[in-house]
Amino acid sequence: MNRLGKKEPKTLFDKIWDAHVVKQVTEDRQVIYIDRHFIHEVTSPQAFNGLRRRSIPIFRKDKITATADHNVPTKNQHLPIVEPNSRKQVDTLIDNCSEYNIPLYGLGHEKQGIVHVIGPEQGLTKPGMTIVCGDSHTSTHGAFGCIAFGIGTSQVEQVMATQCLLLEKPQKMKIEVDGKLSKGVTAKDLILYIISKLSTSGGTGYFIEYTGSAIETLSMEGRMTVCNMSIEMGARGGLIAPDETTFDYLKNREHAPKEEHWEMAVDFWNNLKSDDGCSFDKEYLFHAEEISPMVTYGTNPGMGMGVSDFFPLATNRKAIDYMGLNDQKQLIGKEVQHVFIGSCTNARIEDLRAVASFVEGKQKAENITALIVPGSKKVERQAKKEGLDIIFKNAGFELREPGCSACLGMNEDKIPSGEYCVSTSNRNFEGRQGPGARTILASPLTAAAAAIHGKIVDVREFL
Amino acid sequence: MEKLVSIKSQAIPLPIEDIDTDQIIPARFLKAINREGFGENLFRDWRFDQNDQHKESFVLNNPDYVGSILVAGKNFGCGSSREHAAWALYDYGFRVVISSFFADIFKGNALNNGILPIVVDNEQLHQIFQHIEEDHTSKFEVDLPSQELKFGNFCIKFEIDPYKKDCLLNGHDDIDYLLSIKDEIIAFENKQLIY
Repeated sequence: MNRLGKKEPKTLFDKIWDAHVVKQVTEDRQVIYIDRHFIHEVTSPQAFNGLRRRSIPIFRKDKITATADHNVPTKNQHLPIVEPNSRKQVDTLIDNCSEYNIPLYGLGHEKQGIVHVIGPEQGLTKPGMTIVCGDSHTSTHGAFGCIAFGIGTSQVEQVMATQCLLLEKPQKMKIEVDGKLSKGVTAKDLILYIISKLSTSGGTGYFIEYTGSAIETLSMEGRMTVCNMSIEMGARGGLIAPDETTFDYLKNREHAPKEEHWEMAVDFWNNLKSDDGCSFDKEYLFHAEEISPMVTYGTNPGMGMGVSDFFPLATNRKAIDYMGLNDQKQLIGKEVQHVFIGSCTNARIEDLRAVASFVEGKQKAENITALIVPGSKKVERQAKKEGLDIIFKNAGFELREPGCSACLGMNEDKIPSGEYCVSTSNRNFEGRQGPGARTILASPLTAAAAAIHGKIVDVREFL
Repeated sequence: MEKLVSIKSQAIPLPIEDIDTDQIIPARFLKAINREGFGENLFRDWRFDQNDQHKESFVLNNPDYVGSILVAGKNFGCGSSREHAAWALYDYGFRVVISSFFADIFKGNALNNGILPIVVDNEQLHQIFQHIEEDHTSKFEVDLPSQELKFGNFCIKFEIDPYKKDCLLNGHDDIDYLLSIKDEIIAFENKQLIY
């Protein structure tokens, strides 16, 4: 309220943040309450050890959900994990969850999957929440109108101990995308385009709200893809105001409110939008019609361009050297060896359907290894129910079991040194998909087209 | 957490921008369940080739460059939230990282592990790299109480959040504070909306 008793217009981010302030500690630092905490095998063991070392109990175990995803094999998940260190890490998660009585969707569980796929799919992610996980792509959950962000392991321990974090409030950025995406241009292209404009550090210090007609017409899967990659601009997270698309997705999900609680929840969620006249610290406006299918040519996600474009003149030579593209000026027609469809960015059922619709009745090129790793057991079951597995098999694609897989190459799914992979994941850093691997980030459609043609093509020519 | 008050050391130059946490510690080395030992694989793929042989051209393999202060190009620590990046730097012996810009999550992780991230402006960063190039044996002095970085004839005053400064000086972390306000957290929960 201001002095006249009139409410100050607030951003969606401010509304959620302010509702979670437990205490103002210093001028800049506040204690923020966390509604949902996701954990996985890689960034949690040291946090559990910390609790044990200090003899601190877990404060609210019902607010924690665990899964095994980063470090799991994507073949024969019913058998013991072969790689001893991976097995030990996954077993440690099982032991920790059992000791502290935390629900675990581990290997073999019907709800297992990539942490940012299963949260929304179980209805654990709801508008207005604060959500954290020891993983930078926690920003994905912002698609539901949440403040969701990645944290380090020390903070995982803090949330386990107190359900709170001591934080500085970030600045607010608005990214509006108006108009309509052209045929063959997807949510992934939209976010790769934005990152190419803002660079890999353009969002650092900010929390982003995505608005505009091009965002509003995206499905929840598409919105998750967009929010997922907010961190690739350095932003802690990104969010989208909830609307009918959000409510339709959530209704009847396992952890969604039921019956009269559903109506009350929707009434509340309908208020979760930025007020007219609210102010942002930075604003950008983009036009959807200007976006083409995107590919990255370098070694961070900011190095992206339209699929037929030439490399920018001021391109970082170190990146081009690493990518082995010194004698080239563009990527179109570039032969590749691998296609990876997966990750928390693009391994939801809609992504698998997009790939299936493109490859149905076709064959992958001979030079290509094509891997599809679904985001969760639920996505895998749904794909099989719809017969997508048969389409993939007939096209020469291998459908695996859920996990993070070749996105970060912690398990056996690695790209050999020097070879190229068109990947639907989120990072093209040096060695991200294996030592020496060369990653070209793209949408599921562009990746599917690369698999069929054995090279980078403009998917729009084949639709 | 180890206290950090002052450091005097050579500075190791890494004039590369956008160094991501996958370079600092590649994902395949994140399989440990403790915080110790990650230093062995710090900058693994820049330090070693695929036959595990040292790459002579990389600065950390040059015996002339030894110290606990790392100086890196802008946007250091972008990418993954893995705290293993901070653990690896600490385990290797770094207590201070200087850059013109840090990624958010890395900066928080560093501060939570007794590593001081010092932000300087572009011109100062250039000056520092130039100074090291002229005399790599030159000692840099970091004094946290006075928030000063001294080298040669230069003295740079750096900013740090007063709360985090206090944590570093005393070796405290956020969990000590959060546990002390448990009653207020419970009171907050009791008035929270259910959705």
